[in-house]
Amino acid sequence: MKNPYLPLPTRVEKIVIETEDKNIKTFCVKFLNDEDASNFNYLPGQFAQLSVLGEGEAPFGIASSPTQPGGLEFTVNKAGVLTTALHNLEEGEIIGIRGPLGNCFPLEELEGKDTIIIGGGFAFTTLRSLINYILYKENRSRFGNVVVIYGARSPGLLLYRDELEKWEGRTDLDLHLTVDRAEEDWQRKVGVVPNILKEIAPSPENAYAVVCGPPIMIKFTLPVLRELGFLPERIVLSLEMKMKCGIGMCGRCNIGNQYVCKDGPIFTLAQLDELPSEY
Amino acid sequence: MQELEIAKTELVSLLNTLIKECKVFAPVEQNGFITFQEIHSGSEAFLDYINSKKPPKEIFFPQSEGLFSYDLSKGKGWSVEGPSSEKKQSIIFGIRPCDARSLVLLDNVFDGQLYKDPYYTDKRKNTTIIAIGCNQPSSTCFCTSLGGGPFYQEGSDLILVDIGQKYILQVVTEKGEKLAKKHNEFKEAEDHSLSLVRDTMEKADALMKSKIEVQKVTEKLDSMFDDPFWDLVSEKCIGCAVCTYLCPTCHCFDITDEVISQTGERVRTWDSCAFPSFTLEASGVNPRPSNKERYRQRIMHKFNYFLANHGMVACVGCGRCIKECPVNLDIRGVLNSILNH
Repeated sequence: MKNPYLPLPTRVEKIVIETEDKNIKTFCVKFLNDEDASNFNYLPGQFAQLSVLGEGEAPFGIASSPTQPGGLEFTVNKAGVLTTALHNLEEGEIIGIRGPLGNCFPLEELEGKDTIIIGGGFAFTTLRSLINYILYKENRSRFGNVVVIYGARSPGLLLYRDELEKWEGRTDLDLHLTVDRAEEDWQRKVGVVPNILKEIAPSPENAYAVVCGPPIMIKFTLPVLRELGFLPERIVLSLEMKMKCGIGMCGRCNIGNQYVCKDGPIFTLAQLDELPSEY
Repeated sequence: MQELEIAKTELVSLLNTLIKECKVFAPVEQNGFITFQEIHSGSEAFLDYINSKKPPKEIFFPQSEGLFSYDLSKGKGWSVEGPSSEKKQSIIFGIRPCDARSLVLLDNVFDGQLYKDPYYTDKRKNTTIIAIGCNQPSSTCFCTSLGGGPFYQEGSDLILVDIGQKYILQVVTEKGEKLAKKHNEFKEAEDHSLSLVRDTMEKADALMKSKIEVQKVTEKLDSMFDDPFWDLVSEKCIGCAVCTYLCPTCHCFDITDEVISQTGERVRTWDSCAFPSFTLEASGVNPRPSNKERYRQRIMHKFNYFLANHGMVACVGCGRCIKECPVNLDIRGVLNSILNH
């Protein structure tokens, strides 16, 4: 029997400082054992537990896409004990991984439809995985139009800036970048994500909306989506809760009878409407 | 198979035989209260008790348990050592039927369809459960409200019925039958003894005074999440978590790393929904910020969510939470106020 608590060793190949405040870093990791790498089959939206021995472990959405060769990527905001330990790592060090855990975005349902991807702040990680998955040359034709609205407080707090620039040059992706506060050389949109969504007003016709962001963004984005005519069954969200085991046993990440780690983290708004608002 | 009995005078000898074959856990009196511990001599077992202070769930799910260890002295290397799986057979002797039943509930969590917890399941697989029925239920017992009873069988492999000078053996599972056949301390039961079994059981049932319509409670809870009821009912609770620590069905745990000099261990420890830190996120957000949300979670989890997920209520009516609550918050009273709400 596989022990679901044992982390597998990975080497930190590369660390990228994502934001100008240096509070968010992306860790590119590779499994030490090829067998572990080939057993780690994941899809966009899933997460994994990262271990720093001696410090503990915590769950993070997988920011890379399974279509991209090589290792896995995790983008980590420094907030607590474990994230600080991760930020103190140097390239070449070994960390542990357990996963993949949780469910993924409803990829089969998204096929043949337009996808409106709405992200804010550092919650953009698994959305990035989804976008790269859809843009992958062998996948792209199975999906309809892709509209991405991504906002941060200021330009320097946007993640994956090199990649965003490449996406801006693509014709098969409609990317809208926005910031709350503009800076002198900022040529793109200014305004909070819900307002930009209202302005762009994507059609709900044959479309899904996928939303990840801080609670305040979600709170004001959902009414806009409803106004635009998106049905709760077609609005997809990814949730975060404090987790320990990641496999539905330790008892803390439940919302009603659903465990975010095992039954989520991806839920439709229709599913969440059935649950207590304890998140 | 033939009904069997065992004279009480034979018990120590039976336990001594079992101890030679495997690990034996039994109720032991220590510092004025009863806990289940591994015994090394039959005479250590203390059977004149109503129930143990702590539930025997800790035999499978210890209060603190190492998941794996590692060596930090090797610098940047990786030296994680998993546990060696538990192969030795065990017996729990003298567990009460409510606690035996709690293991069936816990199996749903630790031996799930999607994930299996090897630490729990290894020990569980290798353990035979010999229960002793309850001739004298306590005033805090309410197992019959939860579908159990003083001689309830599910969860046990064998149940002993105390008829005075001897126990009559009730065989519940094949595992139990195998054990009973193997030991000649068990004798063919006399007809006279068998006639006492029903009397004993009826007398015990008559002593069960608390009767709560739990099914109606679970239905009412469906629409009570946002009810102001929780403000009132949680006011008395001081969040000490003793109810969760002593509950035979509570299974929440924390996972932490502990390092002494260069040797580290990842440890899981009982945790509790009664504590603020249980759901406190690194960002400072806490989805269950006060006693109200935490007490609601305890009741909802046991009497509503668990039922939705596993088809049973996560309470066996052992009454430990009633007996040990420092502010006399009686769960039976809470359930009744839900009914009358």
